[in-house]
Amino acid sequence: MTEASTGDRLCPRDEADIVEAVRWAVAQARTLDVAGSRSKAGLGRPIQTDLTLELKGLTGVTLYEPEELVLSAKAGTPVAEIEATIAASSQMMAFEPMDYGPLFGRPAGLGTLGGVMACNLAGPRRPSAGAARDHALGLRAVSGRGEAFKAGGRVVKNVTGYDLPRGLAGSHGTLAAFTELTIKVLPRPETVETLLVLGLDAGAAAGAMSAATGSYYDVSGAAHLPAEVAARVPAVAGSGQSVTALRLEGVLPSILHRRGKLEEMLRASGTLAHLEAADSRAFWQAVRDVAPFALPEGGDAESAPAVWRVSVAPMAGPGIGAALTQASARCFYDWAGGLVWIEMPDGAPHTALVRGAVAAAGGGHATLVRAPRATRAAEEVFQPLDPVTAMLVKRMKDGFDPGRVLSPGRMYAGM
Amino acid sequence: MSGLVMPEPKADLIARRTEIIAALRTIVPGEGVIDSETEMRPFESDGVTAYRQLPLAVVLPSTTEQVSKVLAYCNANGLPVVPRGAGTSLSGGALPLADGILLGMGKFNRILDIDFANRAVVAQPGVTNLGITTAVAHEGFYYAPDPSSQIACTIGGNVGENSGGVHCLKYGLTTNNVLGVEMVLITGEIVRIGGKHLDSGGLDLLGMVVGSEGLLGVVTEVTVRILKKPETARAVLVGFPSSEAAGACVAAIIAAGIIPGGMEMMDRMMIHAAEAFVNVGYPLDVEALLIVELDGPEAEVNHLIERVAEIAGGLGCLTLRASTSEEERVAFWAGRKAAFPAVGRISPDYLCMDGTIPRKALPQVLTRMEEMSEKYGLKCGNVFHAGDGNLHPLICYDANQPGELEKAEAFGADILLLCVEVGGVLTGEHGVGVEKRDLMPSMFDETDLAHQQRLKCVFDPDALLNPGKVFPVLHRCAELGRMHVSAGKLPFPDIPRF
Repeated sequence: MTEASTGDRLCPRDEADIVEAVRWAVAQARTLDVAGSRSKAGLGRPIQTDLTLELKGLTGVTLYEPEELVLSAKAGTPVAEIEATIAASSQMMAFEPMDYGPLFGRPAGLGTLGGVMACNLAGPRRPSAGAARDHALGLRAVSGRGEAFKAGGRVVKNVTGYDLPRGLAGSHGTLAAFTELTIKVLPRPETVETLLVLGLDAGAAAGAMSAATGSYYDVSGAAHLPAEVAARVPAVAGSGQSVTALRLEGVLPSILHRRGKLEEMLRASGTLAHLEAADSRAFWQAVRDVAPFALPEGGDAESAPAVWRVSVAPMAGPGIGAALTQASARCFYDWAGGLVWIEMPDGAPHTALVRGAVAAAGGGHATLVRAPRATRAAEEVFQPLDPVTAMLVKRMKDGFDPGRVLSPGRMYAGM
Repeated sequence: MSGLVMPEPKADLIARRTEIIAALRTIVPGEGVIDSETEMRPFESDGVTAYRQLPLAVVLPSTTEQVSKVLAYCNANGLPVVPRGAGTSLSGGALPLADGILLGMGKFNRILDIDFANRAVVAQPGVTNLGITTAVAHEGFYYAPDPSSQIACTIGGNVGENSGGVHCLKYGLTTNNVLGVEMVLITGEIVRIGGKHLDSGGLDLLGMVVGSEGLLGVVTEVTVRILKKPETARAVLVGFPSSEAAGACVAAIIAAGIIPGGMEMMDRMMIHAAEAFVNVGYPLDVEALLIVELDGPEAEVNHLIERVAEIAGGLGCLTLRASTSEEERVAFWAGRKAAFPAVGRISPDYLCMDGTIPRKALPQVLTRMEEMSEKYGLKCGNVFHAGDGNLHPLICYDANQPGELEKAEAFGADILLLCVEVGGVLTGEHGVGVEKRDLMPSMFDETDLAHQQRLKCVFDPDALLNPGKVFPVLHRCAELGRMHVSAGKLPFPDIPRF
């Protein structure tokens, strides 16, 4: 979660090393950029720190009990390693953390568990299964005060004390450096299929996705790709039309039953098709990782088109796309319309236009995910805060990192 | 009251009572401020009736503006505030303070917006949990978290306590089902967090607020997600010769990749108490009874019922019945849902505990609890949200026998400490409140608690909201803010650098 810092990399081996490093930084008024594997470098405001605190040396699954649905791992453990470990027991991280690497021109599969939590990642299953925050059970971390602390626990149901594991999800390393995280894992569905409705415009697609996700038929993913975006996803490129995709997971008899019911519901709205298991998996991975806007490996994010990530009420998604047509924006929709990925092909981020569209949609948040350094330094990358929320966020920073030692400025100037 | 120690009431506030009540009446006119002892009596305790205290006054606002002005007044006058929903807390979270006001949110009882297309409902905090489901049931929707008190408990209280229920293994706790809140800070400032969209894109303030037990602010509006009610639900009732065998069955079901909508276990004492109370045909010659409910599309439910039956059969169950009608499914649950009142019939009083344990520790925990039961001379029954390891021991006692409440409390504390010892936690869904406050150091050390309290300092630096709850010692925020900086001359000679 960092990008080119000026200073050396510091590679702690354990929590004690991190405590020592943070205490030194506090005493010497130095700054540390908290980083994992750098798979998401470029996300957030660009910052310069004296040193990078690189946590990728803290690795390893420390507890995995499939029957208890619980896994603990050191913060630097690669997501790929965790997924492989739990796949052997037919389990998964149900929130489907996206892989930001390819969006920045980096190889896939580099992300760490700490990065997943620090950025509160989620994939297409977010509306039904939650985000990283919803699966955070416990943590160990070192705050910007140079103190190691723990929060939460290692059982799936716990309301003892404040929910810091959830509260620190999405803090982008600005409050504490995670050292170990405990998450809830869940059984993997036996198989998957995807029902496609072809040729809908975004408004009709939002209606169809709302009907499907509000039906009895357990839709675990609902995305809409306009034709020019669908053309960039191999599993559906052949259709030549827009694609509205509904994912069905579980045991096969159930999937076939539900597909039949949904086909009855949606037959009148457009041409129907479906994807079998392998194509389904490829398609939803492409949606999850924003493959239509990804760069080739080694591609330069500095000169690539700007990319926004917008979260609004599901039915408000198409309105965001419509408001951005004057900027020739390319959009696609996940979360039944509630998550809008936007690529700005003309090089400008069109920030005012995007923020205005979110406000007109009745609220939500927009993050400038990919843009040149200079742009991210000049614009607010995260959703601007109202004065009361800004005060609360500042006080969080004051409490957890009073010396402004940990990734200062990554999310908001001066914090 | 037993040995519970609450913050020392401030004599100056009590001396100013008449003036304070007059000031509050200018903000909330008419019957919105209650000061007579008789009328305040119903507010003196919540679900933990062993703890009682009359507040300085009860204030029942009906608008966000009134809440804002009341809190601003309290802030300016250093007056403690205890927020309260329906008063069903099982941890003493709404226990009043002698020198503080009780802020009842019962008049906030309207549903403001039902948005089926976005699958969201906006409700005032005094709407009951079940009231939300009732409002959307005609379109086949429901609100998933279902604490046993759902007829009475309010959505605002659910947000405060992060309430659970029998379905939360599959559908999550309150925190996983709340999309946004409007909240008034102790300063009177009003803040909106979240909305009908998902996540915050920044710090997860919503995640911090849910489950904060009324210590951070007063919620005046809640946006929740609603779900389509499953097409079908069927339950299997399985009797086992031992709790070990029942526990093994639960583990095997989850290991087989099945997440039931609900999975409950009852021990022999609870089976007998419940059957005597509701007479639904529970087997009486078993040591442990499991209720496993599968919900979803019909084809899937029928398929999974067969698999659960196979697993249970393979693990030596003594009885097995799958529901074949909705009436039969409801009957299976009737005994479990009546478990608490059923105990109320066989014991004058009981304490309901709430710890969570790693499920594999169940046999060890049950054995140790039997030993404790002998030691204290008090009977104890167990209902167990088996899927997620949330244990509810019910300790029977008689408050009219001198010393029995204290014995029951000590027994309860021993059970919770045992939960922590085996890798579990003090509370799975009832909250810390006053009941488990003094046990917090068994789970968290000073540094852990100080970091939690720094969150408290963000929202309520003068500790006026619900003081005496959750934290055994509430440090002054100025003290917590101080940093002890060591010289740090030689920077980390041992840490690898590149």
